[in-house]
Amino acid sequence: MRTERPFTLVDAAKLGLYGGIAAVLISLVGMVDAFAKKDIIAGVVSMSQVLLGAMAFTPALFAATRALRNGGKGGALAAGAVAGAVAALLVALLALSIAPLNLRAIFVNATPKLVNELLPVGSEGLMGATILVVAGIVVGLLAALLTWLPATLRRSTLISLGAVTLIALLKDVFSVIIPTDVGRFVYKSNGLSVEGAVVLFITILVIAYLWQILQPRLNRAVDRMPESRRRVLSFVATVGLLALLFALPVLLGSYLSEVADLVGFYIVMALGLNVVVGFAGLLDLGYVAFFAIGAYTMAVLTTPELPLVRSFIPQLSFWAALPISVLMALLAGVFLGVPVLKTRGDYLAIITLGFGEIIRLLVLSDALKPVMGGAQGVTGIARPEGFGMRADSPQEFYYLILISILIAWFVTSRLKKSRLGRAWMAIREDEDVAAAMSINLVGYKLAAFATGATLAGLSGAFFGSKLGSMVPASFNVLVSINVLAVLIVGGMGSLPGVVVGAIALIGLPELLREFNEFRWWVYGAVLVMMMLYRPEGLWPDATRERELLEDKEPNVIDEDPTGLAEDATVPT
Amino acid sequence: MFSNLRRKYDFTDYILWFIGATLLVAILYGSYVTLSSGKYTTEQWLNFIVFGLAQGGIYALIALGYTMVYGILGMINFAHGEFFMFGTFGAFFVAEALAISGFLESNPLLSIIIMLAAAMSVSAMVAMLSERIAYRPLRRAPRLVPLITAIGVSYFLQYTARGFFGSGVEAFPNVPALAGSIAVGPITMQRSQIAVFAATGILLLLLWLIVSKTKIGRAIRAVAEDKDAAALMGVDVDRTISITFALGGIMAGAAGVMYGLVFRQVAFYMGFVPGLKAFTAAVLGGIGNLAGAVLGGLILGVIESVGPSLFLDGIGIPSPHQLKDGIAFTVLVLILIFRPSGILGERLSKRA
Amino acid sequence: MRTRTLLLSVLVIIALAFTACAPAPQPAAPAEQATTAPAAEDAAAPAEAPAADAAGCTDPLGCIEIAAGDPIKIAYALVTAGPNSALGEDSVRGIEIAVDDMGGELLGHPVEIVGEDTGCSPEGGQAAATKLASDPSIVAVIGTSCSSEARVGAPILSEAGLSLVSPSNTAPDLTDAAKRVPGYFRTAHNDLVQGAVAADFVYNDLGLTKAATVHDGSLYAVGLTAAFADAFKALGGEIVSEQAVNVGDTDMRPVLTTIAAAGPEMIYYPIFTAEAGFITAQAKEVQGLENTKLMAADGSFSQDFVNAAGEAALGMYLSSPDFSAFGDAYQGFLTKHEEKYGGAPLSAFHAHAYDATNMIAAAITAVAVQDGDNLSIGRQALRDALGATTDFQGLTGNITCDPNGDCADPKIAVYEVTDVNSWNPNVTSPIKVFPK
Repeated sequence: MRTERPFTLVDAAKLGLYGGIAAVLISLVGMVDAFAKKDIIAGVVSMSQVLLGAMAFTPALFAATRALRNGGKGGALAAGAVAGAVAALLVALLALSIAPLNLRAIFVNATPKLVNELLPVGSEGLMGATILVVAGIVVGLLAALLTWLPATLRRSTLISLGAVTLIALLKDVFSVIIPTDVGRFVYKSNGLSVEGAVVLFITILVIAYLWQILQPRLNRAVDRMPESRRRVLSFVATVGLLALLFALPVLLGSYLSEVADLVGFYIVMALGLNVVVGFAGLLDLGYVAFFAIGAYTMAVLTTPELPLVRSFIPQLSFWAALPISVLMALLAGVFLGVPVLKTRGDYLAIITLGFGEIIRLLVLSDALKPVMGGAQGVTGIARPEGFGMRADSPQEFYYLILISILIAWFVTSRLKKSRLGRAWMAIREDEDVAAAMSINLVGYKLAAFATGATLAGLSGAFFGSKLGSMVPASFNVLVSINVLAVLIVGGMGSLPGVVVGAIALIGLPELLREFNEFRWWVYGAVLVMMMLYRPEGLWPDATRERELLEDKEPNVIDEDPTGLAEDATVPT
Repeated sequence: MFSNLRRKYDFTDYILWFIGATLLVAILYGSYVTLSSGKYTTEQWLNFIVFGLAQGGIYALIALGYTMVYGILGMINFAHGEFFMFGTFGAFFVAEALAISGFLESNPLLSIIIMLAAAMSVSAMVAMLSERIAYRPLRRAPRLVPLITAIGVSYFLQYTARGFFGSGVEAFPNVPALAGSIAVGPITMQRSQIAVFAATGILLLLLWLIVSKTKIGRAIRAVAEDKDAAALMGVDVDRTISITFALGGIMAGAAGVMYGLVFRQVAFYMGFVPGLKAFTAAVLGGIGNLAGAVLGGLILGVIESVGPSLFLDGIGIPSPHQLKDGIAFTVLVLILIFRPSGILGERLSKRA
Repeated sequence: MRTRTLLLSVLVIIALAFTACAPAPQPAAPAEQATTAPAAEDAAAPAEAPAADAAGCTDPLGCIEIAAGDPIKIAYALVTAGPNSALGEDSVRGIEIAVDDMGGELLGHPVEIVGEDTGCSPEGGQAAATKLASDPSIVAVIGTSCSSEARVGAPILSEAGLSLVSPSNTAPDLTDAAKRVPGYFRTAHNDLVQGAVAADFVYNDLGLTKAATVHDGSLYAVGLTAAFADAFKALGGEIVSEQAVNVGDTDMRPVLTTIAAAGPEMIYYPIFTAEAGFITAQAKEVQGLENTKLMAADGSFSQDFVNAAGEAALGMYLSSPDFSAFGDAYQGFLTKHEEKYGGAPLSAFHAHAYDATNMIAAAITAVAVQDGDNLSIGRQALRDALGATTDFQGLTGNITCDPNGDCADPKIAVYEVTDVNSWNPNVTSPIKVFPK
C-alpha cells in the first residue's frame, strides 16, 4: 500500500532512527575506527566521516522527498533536519555512553579511540555531542535542499557524489590504469586531492546530466531507424564489445586482469548453474563438487608429484588433461543426476549439498592422500602451452577464460532456445504436467545436470591450472552458495544477468579486498537489500520479470526518493 | 496423479537400488570387520553412542528452528546457525559476569537458568528482527529469493558478531557443578552431557505443548497449512510467523547454552557448521516435522560418532574421523533414496 | 527497452575507451604501460622490468623512490576475514605494535601499513599478491598467513621484485632449496625443526615410546605431525595411531576413543586453538586416556588456548620458541598489546610478525640511500639485506636467515602448563622444561 496519509515529522524521526541505528552498527563493528585513517579527500574528509554522514544524509533525503509532496519546500527542510538530528543524536548517545557503561567489555570496538572519532574534531563530552547533533541537522538540511532541485539535476548530483566516493575508495585500482600525470593530479598519497575531487565531481555531474537528457532522444532515434540500419548498429555494438573485451587486459594491467579472471571463473560456473537452476529449476547447492572434480582432475593428471598416480598414468599436458577434466565432471554430473531425479525441491538441495561436502572431504582425506594429495594439496599443475607460448600471467589466462565464457555463452543460449530448453522450462513450471505432456523427465533432468557439471568442470580445470597449486580448502560450500547468489542477483535464467551478477558479487568484493572483513559484512547487507528491492535481479530474464511483477505486492518497493529506479519505468 | 501414468519402475530405480545396495554392503562389511577385530570394547561402543547423543541433542535443538520455519514458510533459513551463535554469545557474557561475581559457583542451577534466559532472548530477538526486516517483505517472492536473502542475513550476522565481539575464541566459564562424571549403569557419563539430555528433553516437551495445546500453537499449525485460509479465519499471519521465528530462536538459544556448557568455546564463525548439520538433521528426519527434527538430530549425532569407527576403521581407512561428515551425508543420501521425504516425512501441520 | 539502452551505453563506452586510451600508451606514462603491454606478448622476458627512474638507480630489480614526506609503505598479505581471521589479525597486531615502537616512522618518513586479506586459500593469496605486486610504491610485504597462500603468492611477489617475510608459514617446501623463490623469508619455524624437537623431547626426556598424532587437515598440522612422526620413528619410537579431525569439529570424544583403543602414552596434536582446546578438554573424559600425556605446538601457544581447554590443560606440554633469553622484551610486548587492544593476543604468531616488521625495518635502514629528504631503496639490495640478517635480537629469539630464507631462531623449547589461570611464558605458566 503506497502511503497516502500525510508524511509527518514523526515519520521523519523514524527514518532518522533507522539511519542512527545503522550508524551505531558501523561504529560498533569497527568500521568507523578502521576507516578513520583512510581519507576520501586528503586531509579534509575521511572515509568514516563520509560513512557516518551518509547515515544522516540518506534518511534525511528519504524524509525530505516524502515531505516535499505534502508539506512543500518548508516541510521538506523540516523533515530533513529532524531525520538528520535524530540520526546524529543516536551516534552522540553512543559516544557518551561508551565510557560510563563500559561497553568495551562486550563490544571490542567500543574504545576511547572510537569516541574521539565519533565526536567532532577537538571536542568532547556533552559539548561534542551537541556539535554532532548540529552537524546532523546541517547534513539533513543539505539533503533536503537537494530535493528542491529538478529531478534530473538531483539524480546527477547523487550519482556524481557516489561516483566520486567510489573513485576515492578504489584508488589502488584506478591509479594503476589511468595515465600517471592524471593520477598525480587526482590522487594524493591518501585519498583524492581537493582540486581532483572538485573536477571529478563536476565532470561526472555534467556527463550524468547530459546522458539523462540525451538518452531518451537517442533511444527515439534508434526506434525511428529502419530495421536494416538498426541491425547494422547492433552488429557494430557487438563487434565493438568483443573488441573491447579482447583489448581489456592490455588496458587493465595485471591486477585487474587477475580480478577479471576470477570473475570469469564464476561466470562460466554460473552459466552452467543457470542451466540447472535457472532453466530446469533444480536447486543445486553442491555445485562446487563439479568445479572441484574439474580442478582436481587437471591437477592430478598434470602434476609431476604423486608418484602412485604417475606409476599408472603418465604426466599429461594441459591440453591433454582439459578434455578429460571436463569429461570427468560430466560423468559426475550424470552419476549425481540419478539420485537427484528421485527427489524434489529441498531434498534435492540437501543431497547436492552433501555431495559437494563429500567430494571436498574425500580430496582432503588421508585415505586418498596418495592419489589426491590430501591436505598438502597438489602443486606443479601444468599451465596451458602451445604455439611456443605459455600462459603464465593473468592477462594471458584472461584470453583463455574469455574464450571459454564465449563458448559457454553460445552453448547455453542455444540450449535455451532449443527443444531441450523448452522442455526444461516446462519441467521448471510444473513437473507433473510436463510428464503428462510426455516429456521424458529423467532424460531432460540428467541433461541439465550434465550440462551444468560440464561447464563447472571446465571452469575448474582452468582454475586449477591458473593457481598452479591447490588445496581442498578452495572447494567449500561457500563457493556453491556464492555461485547461486551470482545467479539470483544477476537475474535467474538470464545470461547477461550472470555476467552482471558475477561482476557485482565477485569482482567488487575482490577490488575491496583491502577492506578485509568488512567487505563480507557489507556483502551480506547488500545481498539482503538487493533481494528486498530488486528480487528479479539486476538484469532479469524477460519472461521471469513478467512473472515476478505480476504477483509482486505493491508494498514491496515503497518509495524511491533518489529517482534512480525510475529508469526502468520511463515510457518510451 | 499424473505420476501414475509413468511406468512403475524405470532404469533410474535400478541404478538407485544398485547404489544403495553397494553402500549398504560396504557399510555392513566394514562393520563386520571392525566388530570381529574386537578393537573396541562394548563399553567403548556405548560411549560412542552417548557422545553421539549429546552432540545430537544440540543438533536437534537447532534443527527444530529450521524445521518450524520451513514448515510455516517453506523456506530454508540459512541464517539459523547465526541465531544460535548470537545466543551463545549472549549466554557467554552473562556467564562471565556471573562467574566473576561468584554467583555461578554458589548458585549453579539458577545461573544456568539466567544464562538460558539471556541466550534465548538474544536469539529470539535476532530471529524476530531478521524476519521482520529481511524475510517479511518477501512472503510472495519466488522460493529462491528468500534463500539468497537468508544467505545475506547469515553473512551479515556472522560479520556483525565478528565486529562486535572480535575474531578470537572466547572461553566459556567453567560451571563447577557440571564438571566430572557419574556412572550410569555400565557407562560413565559427563555431568554436562546429562544436563544436555535433561534440558533438551524438557525443552522438547515444552515446545510440543506449545505447538499442540495452546492457541498460538493452533495458529502456527493453521498458518503452516494455508496462510490465506488462516488469515480469513482471523489468524494474524505476520504475528504468527514472527512467533514461530521467536520459538526457533529460543530453541537455538538453548542450544547455544548447551554448547557453551559442553564445549566451552565461543567464536563468531561457530554457527555455520552446526547450522549446516542441523539443516541436514531436519531433512533427515523429514523437514517440517518436529519429531523428525529431533530424531534426525540424534541419528546424525550418533552416525557421526559411531560411523567412522564402525564402518571405516575396520577396513583400514586412515584417519576415519576426518570423514565423519562424509559418512553422515552418505547415510542421508541412502535414507533419502529409500524414503524420499525423510524418516518421518510429513508436514508440521499434519502432526506436530 | 533495457537492451537498447545498454546497446547505446556500450557504444558510448567503447568510443570513450578507444579515444581516451588510444594515444595514451605511446607518449604518456611509459612506466605503467610498458609493464603491461609487453607482458601480453612475451612472458618469458622479465616483464616486471623496473620503472624507469631518473635517480640513477643501479639495482637490478629497480628501486623504490620515496619523496620527502611520503610514507614508506609496508604491506601485509594475511588472512583477516573468515574462520581463520584470528591468525592473521594476531599478526597484524604484531605489525602495528612494531610500527608504534618505531614511533611510526623510519628514516624520517612515516611508515604506512597497507594490507590485503588472503582468506587462507590459494586463490586469495594469488589475488592479494597480484594486487600488491601491481603497486610500485610498496617496499616489502609481511605475509602470508597460511602456507597454501605462500605457494601461490610468493612467486608472484618475488617476480615483481618484492621481498616477503612470513610470520606464520611453516610448510617445509617453502624453504626447500629447489622450490623456494628468491624473495621469500620467514620468521616462523619450519615444521621440520619443531617436529624434531618435539620428538626428541617425548622420546628422550619423557621416555615414552608409543605416540598418537592428530592433525586438522591444515598444511601446518599435517606438516608438523609428519615431521614429528618421522623423527619419532627414527629415534625408535612407535606411532600407534594417526588420526585427523576437521576444522569446525567440536565433539572430539569419538576420535579420542579411537585413539584410546590403540593405547598411546602420549598424543601430539599440533593444531589451532579451537580444536586443540576441544581435544585437551575432552581427552580426560575418555576412558583409557586419563594418564596419557598431551602435547601441542606453537599454533596453540596462547592464552586463548589455555582458556579454551580449561583445567584439563594443566600438566600438558606446548612447544614454542625459547623465550627464556628474551623474556623481558616479550613482557613489554604483552603490556602494549593489552593497552592497545584490550586483551591478550589472539593466536601464536604476533611475535613472529613483530620480528618480521623489525627485520624489514632494519634491512631498509641498512640499504636505503638518502638524498636530502628523498629515499631510494633498491629492491635487490633490500632482498640481500634481509637474507643477510644475522643475530637480530627479536621477541622470538636470535633471528638469523639461512640461505633458503628460514630466519627463525632454531632454538625451540617445550613448555609445561603449570597454571591455567595465568599466561606469562616462563614466569608463571607455561614453564620451560626442555631443553634443560
